[in-house]
Amino acid sequence: MSFTILNVGILTWMTFLPIVGMVVVLLLPKTNKGAMRWTALAVTVFQVVLAGLIYANFNRGMTGINSAETMQFKELFSWIDIKSVAWFGRIHIDYFVGIDGISAPMVLLTALISFVAVIASWNIEKAVKGYFALFLLLDTGMMGVFVALDFFLFYVFWEVMLLPMYFLIGVWGGPRREYAAIKFFIYTLFGSVLMLLALLALYFSVTVVDPATGEKLHTFNMLAMMNPANFEPGSILSGLNTYWRYVAYIALFIGFAIKVPLFPFHTWLPDAHVEAPTAISVILAGVLLKMGTYGLMRVAFPIFPDAAMYYLYPLAFIGFINIVYGALCAMAQKDFKKLIAYSSISHMGIVILGMTAMNTQGMMGAVFQMFNHGTITAMLFLIVGVIYDRSHTRGLDDFGGLMNQMPKYSAIMVIAFFAALGLPGLSGFISEAFSFLGAFQTFRWLAVASTLGIILTAAYMLWTLQRVFLGTLPDKWKELPDINGRELVALVPLAIIVIILGIYPAPMLNMMNASANYLVDFVRGGGGLTLLGK
Amino acid sequence: MNQELILQLSAAVLFLPLASFLLIIFFGKRLPRQGDAIGTSMLGLALLASVVILLAKLLLFHDEVLDFTFTWVDFKSVAGIGPLKIDLGIMIDNITAIMLVVVTLISFLVHLFSTAYMSGDVRYSRYFAYLGFFSFSMLGIVLTNNFFLMYVFWELVGISSYLLIGHWYEKKSAADASKKAFIVNRVGDVGMFIGINILWANYHTFTFEKIFAAIAGGQIPYDSNPWLTAAGILIFCGAIGKSAQFPLHVWLPDAMEGPTPVSALIHAATMVAAGVYLVARTFPMMTADALVFIAYVGAITAFISATIAIAQNDIKKVLAYSTISQLGYMVLGLGVGAYTAGFFHLVTHAAFKAGLFLGSGSVIHAMHNALHHQGDHHTDAQDLRNMGGLRKKMPVTFWAFLVYTLAICGVPLTSGFLSKDEILAGSLAFGKLTGQTLIPVIGFLVAGLTAFYMFRIVILAFLGDHKDPARFEHLHESPKAMTIPLVVLACLSFFAFYSFNPFGASSGWFFHAVERPMTAVPNAVAAASAEEFEGVLHESHVTAMMLSLSVAGLGILLAYVTYYWKKISAEKVAKALPPVHAFLLNKWYFDELYGATAVAGTVGFSRVLAWFDSKIIDGIVNGAGSATRLVSFASGKFDSIVVDGAVNLVAYLAGFFGLLFRKIQTGKVQTYIAFVLVGVMVFFFIYRIV
Amino acid sequence: MTIHLSLVHFLFVSAVLFSLGVYAVLTRRNAIMVLMGIELILNSANINFIAFGHYGALSIDGQMAAIFVIILAACEAAVALAIVLNIFQQFNTVNVDDVDALRD
Repeated sequence: MSFTILNVGILTWMTFLPIVGMVVVLLLPKTNKGAMRWTALAVTVFQVVLAGLIYANFNRGMTGINSAETMQFKELFSWIDIKSVAWFGRIHIDYFVGIDGISAPMVLLTALISFVAVIASWNIEKAVKGYFALFLLLDTGMMGVFVALDFFLFYVFWEVMLLPMYFLIGVWGGPRREYAAIKFFIYTLFGSVLMLLALLALYFSVTVVDPATGEKLHTFNMLAMMNPANFEPGSILSGLNTYWRYVAYIALFIGFAIKVPLFPFHTWLPDAHVEAPTAISVILAGVLLKMGTYGLMRVAFPIFPDAAMYYLYPLAFIGFINIVYGALCAMAQKDFKKLIAYSSISHMGIVILGMTAMNTQGMMGAVFQMFNHGTITAMLFLIVGVIYDRSHTRGLDDFGGLMNQMPKYSAIMVIAFFAALGLPGLSGFISEAFSFLGAFQTFRWLAVASTLGIILTAAYMLWTLQRVFLGTLPDKWKELPDINGRELVALVPLAIIVIILGIYPAPMLNMMNASANYLVDFVRGGGGLTLLGK
Repeated sequence: MNQELILQLSAAVLFLPLASFLLIIFFGKRLPRQGDAIGTSMLGLALLASVVILLAKLLLFHDEVLDFTFTWVDFKSVAGIGPLKIDLGIMIDNITAIMLVVVTLISFLVHLFSTAYMSGDVRYSRYFAYLGFFSFSMLGIVLTNNFFLMYVFWELVGISSYLLIGHWYEKKSAADASKKAFIVNRVGDVGMFIGINILWANYHTFTFEKIFAAIAGGQIPYDSNPWLTAAGILIFCGAIGKSAQFPLHVWLPDAMEGPTPVSALIHAATMVAAGVYLVARTFPMMTADALVFIAYVGAITAFISATIAIAQNDIKKVLAYSTISQLGYMVLGLGVGAYTAGFFHLVTHAAFKAGLFLGSGSVIHAMHNALHHQGDHHTDAQDLRNMGGLRKKMPVTFWAFLVYTLAICGVPLTSGFLSKDEILAGSLAFGKLTGQTLIPVIGFLVAGLTAFYMFRIVILAFLGDHKDPARFEHLHESPKAMTIPLVVLACLSFFAFYSFNPFGASSGWFFHAVERPMTAVPNAVAAASAEEFEGVLHESHVTAMMLSLSVAGLGILLAYVTYYWKKISAEKVAKALPPVHAFLLNKWYFDELYGATAVAGTVGFSRVLAWFDSKIIDGIVNGAGSATRLVSFASGKFDSIVVDGAVNLVAYLAGFFGLLFRKIQTGKVQTYIAFVLVGVMVFFFIYRIV
Repeated sequence: MTIHLSLVHFLFVSAVLFSLGVYAVLTRRNAIMVLMGIELILNSANINFIAFGHYGALSIDGQMAAIFVIILAACEAAVALAIVLNIFQQFNTVNVDDVDALRD
C-alpha cells in the first residue's frame, strides 16, 4: 500500500519532517525563541496528524515481519550504489522503509511522545535554538529507527539519535550532566559497535539477486537476512545453530540490551534520567528504551530464530531479574526521578518476559507494554518535572500532603501511578497481564517468580504516593501553585489514552495482532526452516 | 419480562454507580450538596432494578443462567491453539441476583447514612464519588462470568477500598492503613492471578462455564490432579486477601481508619464477602483437598480473630475482628461443603454486620459530637471504655444494635441463627464424613466466643452508666438519615425474610434458589457429593442446633457475668494471665511478625540491592571507565615518552651535532681556507698511504 | 763551487713562496694583505709552470699558462680591490675578522 503526499511517502515525511524543522529553527534569528518553539510544535503536531493517517489506513490483516509484500507504507529506493570497490564488488544499499504491526504502534508512540516532549520543553530558556535543533534531529533518528527495513539505514538512524541525545543531556541537564551524558553515549556506542560487527557479518553472508542486472549482490536488507536461503553457503553465518550465528546473535543482543536496558547493562539509565531535563527524560523513557526491545523483535529474533529459541530461557530469566531487581532497587530510592528510572527497568523486564514467551499473548503483551510503558512513564516523568520545576528538589522525603495543595495535579498523578502499578482499567494492566499470561505458558515457574514484581511495584508506588502526596504539607510548600495549562496539555492526552486503552485495548491490539502471530510462528518454526520447506 | 431485558437491566445496575462516580468526580463541587443526592439516588435506582432482577430471576427463570458475552480481544488464529479470543461478559444466576440486591441495598443505605455522618467533611463530594466507584466495582465482581473481569473488578474494589480507607490521608495512620490494605490484598491477588494463569494456559478461556465444562470433560490442568487442586487453592488466595483470611487478615483491622460507613459497606458487608462469593463461584472446580484447605483456613481465621476480638477496646476493632471471624465462618462453610449455608451466611451477615458498623458509626458520631461540644480532643470517641449507658440517649441505635448482636450470636428468630446453624451443622457433618473433627470443634468454640465479645460491646457501650456524666448530657440520638438505615437493617436481621420456618432455612426460598452446584472435578479427587453430604447433615442438624444454642447462651451469660454483674473482673483475669492478654491485645503479634520479616526483609533487601546496584554493578561500569582512562593515561604516557621520545631524540641529536658543527662555522673565509688546506692535506696523506 | 740549478730548486722556491702566500692569506687581518698573499700564491704557481715548462714536458705551454695566470691575477686584483673597497664602505673596515656575515 502506498500513501504519498507531494509524491513523497508518508513515512519519509514522518522521518524527515523534523530535519526540515531543524533547518528552519537554525535559520531563525537567535532572539526569536517563540518561533523556534512553535516550529518544533508544528512539526510534531504534523507528525501526530500523519500518525493518525497511518492509524486510519493501516491494514490490520497484513503480517509484515519478513515479507516486503505485506509491509505497509513502504518506500524502496536505491540509496548508495558504488559500482565496484577493490575486492568486494558492488555495494548496493537501499533506502527501504515500511511498517508492520510491530513497528506501527512504535511510530504512533514516537509521534505522540515527541509532541508531548515539545510541550514539556516549552520552558527551556537556555540556548533555545540549539535545543530545538537537536531535539528535532533526535526526532528524526527515533522515527527512522522504527521505520527502517534496511539494516544499514537502521544503523544510521540508530547512531543519528545518539548524538543529539548526548548534547541534550550534556548541555541542558542537571549538575552531573557531563558524567551522565558521557556514560550514556559510551555505553550505547559500545553496544552499537557490537551491532555493527553483527551487521557486517550479516552483510558478507547474505546475497540477493539484483533483479535489474541479474548479478548476485551482498545486501543490508533485513527482510532478505531473514531468509536462510539467502545466506551464501560457506559464509560465516550460513547454516542454523552454528557457533558464529550464536555469537552474532549475542552481539546484536548486547547492542539492544544496553538500550532496553537489561540487567546488568542498566546503570546508565538512572544517571541519564536524573540528569536529563524533563522532556528528554520523557523521550528517553518513552521512546528510546523501546528501541532495544523493538530491535530484538525486528532484527535479532527473525534473523536468528535458531539462536533466539536457543537463548530463550536465559533471556526470559534476564527479564525476570529486570522485573524484580528493578522493583527492589526502585523501592530503595530517595530521588523521585531515580525511582521512576528503576521502575522503567522493572517494566521493561515485563516486555522481555512477554516477548520471550514466544506466543501470541506474550508477544502482543510485550508490544502493547512497550506502547503503554511509553505513555505511562512519560506521564510519570512529566509529573516529576512539574514538581521539580516548582520546588527544585526531587527528594521523596522533602514532600508530603501535595494532594491538598495541588488537586488537579494529584488527580493526574493518581492515574499515572495506578497505571504504573498495573491497576485494571488502565492500559498498563492489560499489557502486563498478557505478558504474564503468555510467559506462564512457556516458563511456568519463571512467570510465577516474576509476579513478585507485581506486589513490589504496588508497594513502592504506593509508598512513593504516600510520601509525596499524602500526609501533611510541609510549610515550605504552602505556595506551590497547581499544575498549569501547558502541563495539562501534555499530560491529559496521555491520561486519556491510558484510560481508553485500559478499557478497550482492541484498537491497538488489532494493529499488532497479525504481525505478532506471524512473528511467533516464524521464530518458533525456526524461521527459515518453514520457508525453505515451501 | 424476557432475559434480554434482565441483562440490560443488570448492565444498568452496573453502570449507574459508575455514572454517579463520573458525575460527582468531575462536577461534584458544582452540584447542589456536592452531589450526594446524585450518588444516593443512583444507588436507589440500582437497588430498585436489582430487586426487579431478583424477582424476575426467581419467578421467571429460576433454574436458568442468563448470560451475555462479547469478544473483547481477538487474537485471531494462533498456531497450536487455533482461533483464540478473550470473551468477557456477565451472567446472572440466582446467587448473582441475590448478591446484586445485597450490594445495592447496603450501598444505598450507606449512601443515605453517609449524608448525615459525613456532612461537613473536607472531601465530602469525593467521598461519594468513591462510594459510587466502589459500588460499580463490587457489582462488576458479582456480575462477571469470567475470571478476567473478576480479577479486574477484584483489583478495582481494592483501589476503591484504598481510596476510602485513606479518605483522611492527612493522618499518617490512615495513609499507612490504606497502603497496607492494598499491598496485602495484592499478595492475595497475585496468587489468584497465578491461578488464572494456570487455567488460561490449559483452557485458553476465562469463562467460568467453559472452564468448568472442560474440567468436567476430563481436561485436567497439565493432566495432573494436584495442579487442579493448586489452581483451586491459588484462586482461593484472592479470597484470602480480600476476605481477610489468615494469614492475610492483618489489613482489615487497620482498614477501620476509614470512615465508619465505609467500614460498613466495604469492610463488613460487601467487598470482604467477595472472597466468599469467589469461592462460591468457583466451587465446581474445587477438589476435596482444596476444600479441606479452604475449610481449615476459614476455621483458623475464625478462631484467631475471635480470640483477638475479646481483648480489643476500640469498638470498630472489635467489629473488624468479628467480621474476620464471621468471614472465616463463611469460608469454613463453603470448605466443608455447606455451600448454601456459607453463601447464606454471607447474605445475612451482610445485613447485620453492616448494621453493626452503622450502629457503631452512630455511636461514634454521637460520642464525637459530645466530645466536640466539650472541647475534648483527647478522649478516643471509639474506645469502649469511654462509653456506657448509651441506651437511654440513643434508643433506636441501641435496639437496632441489639438485634444485630443477637443475629450475629445466632439467637433463634434471627437470620444469623439460620445461617450459622446451617454452617455448624455442615461442619459437624464434614467432621463425620472425613474425620476432620477439629473443624466442628473450632466452629462451636468460635460461636461461644462470638456471643461473648459481642455482648461485651453491647454491655460496655449501651448498658451500665456512662463514664463521664458531663459528657452524657451532650449525647443525642443520631439524625433520621442515620437511624433509618439502622432500622431497615435490623428488620432484615429477622428470619422471616429468608425462611418462614424460624428453626430451619432449608425449606425457605433461599435454600431453594441457591443449590450447591455439581462439582466438575474428577470423582477421585472430589469431595463428598451433595446427596451424601445432605444425608449426614440431616442427622447432625438437631445436635448442631442444641450445641450452638448452648455455647452461644454460655457466651452471653459469661459476658453478663463479667461486664454487667461484674462477678468476674476482666482486669483481674487480664492481670492473672499477662502473656495471654498481651498476646491477644497485640493481635497475636501478626503485624510485628510481618513487619519484622516480610516488610523489613523486603525493604532491607531493596537497600542492599540498591547498594549493590550503585556500588557493584555501576561500580563495574565506572570501573571499566576508570580502567579505560588508566590505560589511556598509560598509553598516553607511553606515546609521549617512548614513541614521541624517539622522535624527539632524533631531532635532539640532530640539533646537538648541529650545534657542535656550528662552532666550526666562524664565518671567516680564512678559517674555511685553513680547513680546506687541512682537508687537502689529510686527503693527500690518506692517498699517499694507500 | 757552482750550484747546478735543477727543477727541485725552482720547486722549492715556489713551495716556500706558496707557503708564505698561504700564511699571509690565513693570518693577515687586513684584506689588502690577504690579497697580496693570494698574489704570492699565484706567483708561486707561475714559477712552477715555468719550471715545468723548462724542465718538463710542458715546454711552451708552461709559459703560456704563466702569462694567463698573470693576466688572471691582474683581473683578480682589480675585482678583489673593488670588493675590498665595497667592504670598506659597508663595514668601515678592511679587517677580515670583522666581516663574518657568512656565519649566520
